[in-house]
Amino acid sequence: MLTEKGLWTRLRTRLIFTGPTLFAFATVMIIPFLYGIYLTFTNWDGIAVEQSLVGWDNYVGVFKDTVFWTSFGMTLEYVFITVVLTNAVAFLLAYAVTRGMKAQGWFRAGFFLPNLVGGIVLGFIWQFIFNQVLVFAGQKMNIPLFAASWLSDPDKAFWALIVVTVWQYAGYMMVIYIAGLMNVPKDVMEAASIDGASNRKMLARIVLPLMVPSFIVCVFLSLQRGFMVYDLNVSLTSGGPFKSTEMVSMHVYEQAFLARDYGLGQAEAFVLFILVATITLLQVYFSKKLEVEA
Amino acid sequence: MAGQSRIFGWAKLLSLMVALVLFIFPFLLLITNSFKANQAITSDPLGLPASFQWDNYVSAFDKMGYISAFGNSLLITVAGVLLIALLAAMTAHYFVRHNSKLNQYLFFLMVAAMIIPFQAIMIPLVKIYGSLGLLDNKWSLIYMYIGFGSPLAVFIYHGFIKSIPLELEEAALMDGCGRVQTFFRIVLPVLLPTSVTIAVLNVLWIWNDFLLPSLVLTSSEQRTLPLSTFYFYGTYTVDYGPLMAGLVLTLLPVLVVYLFAQKYIIQGVMQGSIK
Repeated sequence: MLTEKGLWTRLRTRLIFTGPTLFAFATVMIIPFLYGIYLTFTNWDGIAVEQSLVGWDNYVGVFKDTVFWTSFGMTLEYVFITVVLTNAVAFLLAYAVTRGMKAQGWFRAGFFLPNLVGGIVLGFIWQFIFNQVLVFAGQKMNIPLFAASWLSDPDKAFWALIVVTVWQYAGYMMVIYIAGLMNVPKDVMEAASIDGASNRKMLARIVLPLMVPSFIVCVFLSLQRGFMVYDLNVSLTSGGPFKSTEMVSMHVYEQAFLARDYGLGQAEAFVLFILVATITLLQVYFSKKLEVEA
Repeated sequence: MAGQSRIFGWAKLLSLMVALVLFIFPFLLLITNSFKANQAITSDPLGLPASFQWDNYVSAFDKMGYISAFGNSLLITVAGVLLIALLAAMTAHYFVRHNSKLNQYLFFLMVAAMIIPFQAIMIPLVKIYGSLGLLDNKWSLIYMYIGFGSPLAVFIYHGFIKSIPLELEEAALMDGCGRVQTFFRIVLPVLLPTSVTIAVLNVLWIWNDFLLPSLVLTSSEQRTLPLSTFYFYGTYTVDYGPLMAGLVLTLLPVLVVYLFAQKYIIQGVMQGSIK
């Protein structure tokens, strides 16, 4: 511990080292967050200078807004499917590119590529693929699955979002799993192989249990990203057709900024925060219990 | 037995190759189509370009306001990332070396705040900064990135600084360096590997971010690259050639950087996840 003489010197050092960060953090995150809670009790329309307190009306409104709950249910379904698929694909890729073959660096670089590009651009690229390329291929080669654009069919548009999400994030999670795989102690593996354990047994009994921390991180990250999906939603399907793929984050945006109901929009954002925080904390709490020591 | 495992090895390699093609095919398709005339794109999106339509690029470059958008993105990303790294390193260093109750609470508050999703903050944020007249300004956006980005950066630095021996700093202080000087001369250089991680994570986030800039930057000359791509795509949806070229132009800087810094980028993401 470092200590200094004099109250003024101490205060000055504190201000220099932590002042700017804490000020920005407080004014960008904490104050807006608290003010946001206050806004949920008002009826601000985005234009009026004054707003009045309306009590719990907005929260009652959240429960009455069936579109919010439909989109929340759809988001849950989307999150569940993408978390499972992304992590399964990511783990397989990581396992395949840590086996010590040549050019595995190139494979890693290739699988990671989509993560360098923002959701907006990826959404537009895939919009082109779903609307033009796959339809063209489907008609030419007589594949009924692709004969009509996925993006104009409500059910398939939902799956289009899932395909692109998994394609985008699998490479990112792969990198985290690679780090985890490389941390599995070599001597434990060697001991197991001397004892005659097969590859499959080693994977099930040693690698997977020791990888629990990586799974916690990856599931946590993919859960959060899934619940907050916005860019891709806007550029790939823009919520359509007929609002059938409007995820909850996009719904909150529309409610506040387009429908000009900021109080209700903020209340929905806040309800969303509580639900997502609960789900992610429960996930971390329960998966921590699975951790083992090497 | 050996023959069988070799066949197995080839099958694995082949399936990896197929996976790799699936991952990069969308980008290849985009690039080939960006050189084609509109009619060729719609009649055969899989074919190679018969002749190179550089016009697509010229018109996309123009209509996107590419230079201005690129410059805005560059300024916001570079300034944002440098400031986040520097300020967060100082704060984390202070928290570790002055481990008082107050600092523990402050650190905990920052870590806990990471769970707040942006959607829960965006409406009050726009209201507060709008009423202060601070919207539509690149520096406000950079300031907001510092606020949103510092918790994770402080958290990562905090973990790393704990492992640095204190003797180095004490020696410098004995020799008469001030606190600030000691930080810049002794601590900051030691933090370089962690700073690379912080920089990679924040560049990926800030360069590609869409929602926050779309709320803060309202006039067209302030637009970042993702914003100008979005508006460009929204306005000219019939003309596929320039649209494809526009998307390639947005990708290009990222691809160039990736080509040179690929190892650091993947390393950075890896380090960031282990904390």
